[in-house]
Amino acid sequence: MIELKNIKKSFDGLEVLKGISMTFEPGKTNLIIGQSGSGKTVLLKCMLGLYSVDSGSMLFGNRPLENMDDNQRRILRREIGMVFQGSALFDSMTVLENVMFPMQMLTDQDEKSIRAAAHEVIDRVNLNEATQKLPAELSGGMQKRVAIARAVVMRPKYLFCDEPNSGLDPKTAIVIDNLIREITKEYNITTVINSHDMNSVMEIGDTILFLKDGLKAWEGNKKQIFKTDNEAINNFVYSSRLMKKVKEVYQ
Amino acid sequence: MKLLHHIGAYLLMLRLVFIKPTKAKVMRKLIFKDIQDLIVGSLGIVAFLSFFVGGVVAIQTALNIESPLIPKSLVGFATRQSVILEFAPTFMCIILAGKVGSFITSSIGTMRVTEQIDALEVMGINSVNYLVFPKLVAMMLLPLVINISMFLGILGGYTATLYGGFSSSADFIDGIQMDFKPFHVFYAFIKTVVFAIVLATIPAYQGYYMKGGALEVGKAATVAFVWTSIVIIVLNYMITQLLLA
Ligand SMILES: Nc1ncnc2c1ncn2[C@@H]1O[C@H](COP(=O)(O)OP(=O)(O)OP(=O)(O)O)[C@@H](O)[C@H]1O
Ligand SMILES: [Mg+2]
Repeated sequence: MIELKNIKKSFDGLEVLKGISMTFEPGKTNLIIGQSGSGKTVLLKCMLGLYSVDSGSMLFGNRPLENMDDNQRRILRREIGMVFQGSALFDSMTVLENVMFPMQMLTDQDEKSIRAAAHEVIDRVNLNEATQKLPAELSGGMQKRVAIARAVVMRPKYLFCDEPNSGLDPKTAIVIDNLIREITKEYNITTVINSHDMNSVMEIGDTILFLKDGLKAWEGNKKQIFKTDNEAINNFVYSSRLMKKVKEVYQ
Repeated sequence: MKLLHHIGAYLLMLRLVFIKPTKAKVMRKLIFKDIQDLIVGSLGIVAFLSFFVGGVVAIQTALNIESPLIPKSLVGFATRQSVILEFAPTFMCIILAGKVGSFITSSIGTMRVTEQIDALEVMGINSVNYLVFPKLVAMMLLPLVINISMFLGILGGYTATLYGGFSSSADFIDGIQMDFKPFHVFYAFIKTVVFAIVLATIPAYQGYYMKGGALEVGKAATVAFVWTSIVIIVLNYMITQLLLA
């Protein structure tokens, strides 16, 4: 479980996060949605420890991040997996090497068991035929699957995904979304996903945090999002013609 | 002000190169890969340039000797001095600022813009150590390359002299051996080691702290080349003043 308490963050006087509180639960896909520039990536990077917050508290299963010493942070890092927006695969390494990399760097296990663990998650994301390929030889959807495999090979407690299906066609996007959701449930991970894709919201929105102008404008789940009369979220959800149509039919 | 900021950030990066090291087993592989890319990969162009520039130095010297009072052995002497003192250590390092430097900036810069560096950091890996340390170690082999450059430069001078009939083989070899000071080779060696550190770290700094996309990677490589050359030229002046004057 991750608990955010009144998180604030600004860059050179520009206040990006103005006090966000939220709880993300294990075994669930927790979505952060909002318009481009609303601060989704910044919030995610704060949770990852890539940015330090100005004020507020972040608890990772009762452990406040701000009180941790270097050693405790190191332990926490090993419990975190991350899927980047552009996959961020190491382009000089094969798929197998990419997936083995975190374990080679961070554990003392022998080559054989690392290889076995890597093959297991590669199998989980259905990439058995591609283990010896380089990232440049893969399609965007396959790259995303490698990124997911690399993020979960250490069996993290926390998984962060920054727009995991941006740049993918709708069908592949749903495959990726569902893959993340299944793995989240199987391994009981606390997963936090940045998205601005309404398809994802409807598919995998177990918990939804809607950011607007650096504040939490709404919170709920994929069922509630169609019933709420919150104006801000309705403006966001029903901004496209397709979604307006969906609403008409729904009513 | 901006320059001071960069110098400060650069020094902070240098500190990061040496703390929180990567596992030795992984690091060894990275070092071998960088030796391959940076050192072995440069040998061809260094050999080619050294041989021909050495030849040109010899021809120029020979053509400018008109007085019969000046011994023919001067051609060999002048070639040796210019190759060992400046051409091999300084000129070659400027060339390598283009080749090795732009390779380092663009490979690290690409990793920055495609979030690969963020990926390393999220895993709790010291990305500066992981990326820069192996390049720094690999570049410590640069004196070897410069030695080859010295040898081929003088060989090029010798070949051009004989081929153009400017002096006899014996005169040239006389010149090469004339008044030889081993300290000059030591001076060139010191310079090369200093330049190697510059060649590895300034382009790395430019790549590591760059912002933007693919276009900016190209710009960063250009900026890295300019700064690496400037720093090499200034350091060359200072080291020469210190060691030879
Ligand atoms: N490192 C930074 N320095 C300064 N400002 C930043 C930095 N990172 C983000 N910002 C600013 O913070 C705001 C929120 O950016 P963020 O990247 O979090 O948006 P986002 O919600 O992820 O958008 P998108 O959906 O386009 O990815 C933007 O105005 C951006 O300019
Ligand atoms: Mg973003």
